[in-house]
Amino acid sequence: MITKMTVTNIHVIDQDSAYDFYVNKLGFRVVDDIPMGPGTWWLTVSPPDQHDLQLVLFPVTVSKMFPQKVVDTLTDLIKQGVFGCGVLTCHDVFATYEELKAKGVEFIKAPAKEFYGTEALFKDDSGNYFSLQPISNFDDENGI
Amino acid sequence: MHMIATAYHPKVYLYRRVVQAKLFIDSNYSEKIDLDGIAGEAYFSKFHFIRLFKSIYGKTPHHYLKHLRIAQAKVLLAQNLSITETCFAVGFESLSSFSTLFTTIVGQSPSAYSKRHQQTKQRISKNPHAYVPGCYAYQHGWFENSNFEEVGD
Repeated sequence: MITKMTVTNIHVIDQDSAYDFYVNKLGFRVVDDIPMGPGTWWLTVSPPDQHDLQLVLFPVTVSKMFPQKVVDTLTDLIKQGVFGCGVLTCHDVFATYEELKAKGVEFIKAPAKEFYGTEALFKDDSGNYFSLQPISNFDDENGI
Repeated sequence: MHMIATAYHPKVYLYRRVVQAKLFIDSNYSEKIDLDGIAGEAYFSKFHFIRLFKSIYGKTPHHYLKHLRIAQAKVLLAQNLSITETCFAVGFESLSSFSTLFTTIVGQSPSAYSKRHQQTKQRISKNPHAYVPGCYAYQHGWFENSNFEEVGD
């Protein structure tokens, strides 16, 4: 029986820039930061209050599984904002929106009330986007 | 979905003041911070400021500052700064109050925490394969084109 998701990937275009975005702007905690040769790290981060999920900031660079053609296509799609990487939760979407905006995070949707609750959308430094929602959208009363 | 919503929170000016206060704490946690002064700068009564801060961040400003300082202390200790250097770098004025609070929040003393991290770093540098999933290591050519296996023996 599968019990949890523990590690998942976010494909990023530049690991240095992604480190700055996820750690210094979003406030994520670095779990692993292991150099693997020029310009590549095994780099994982976790949201501040969550200790059982690691996000691998996975570089889109030429490697055994990513030939140049794949790198070019994937980079293009990420930059176009095709990939939604999940929902991040907070106590208060409006305040978090103000804080992240003050830190230079680019929002593609300001906080608005939807039928499922309040939501905003922002992009990471590569172009991946996240939904930002209050944790109350996911409480038991909402059936999730 | 990719559109700018026109919704504008009626109390957005209040949020901005609290957010500015939080960002001030984030930038100045290593200094002596007067939380009452922050409430004053945000044009709030102290009580109103604390209540709104807690509703937004889930912690009172004082509680948030304490946890931020300890979180930063963990980062510095993991980088092998001494306990004394770490204590003052994150805004504590007394080593004993730092050690007591650190132990309460983290569950182990600063020295135990630092020692554990240095041991882990040594193990990683001796045998990084053990700390990087095989699929990722393979994808980046570690198994064929590196001397890590020899180092790990």
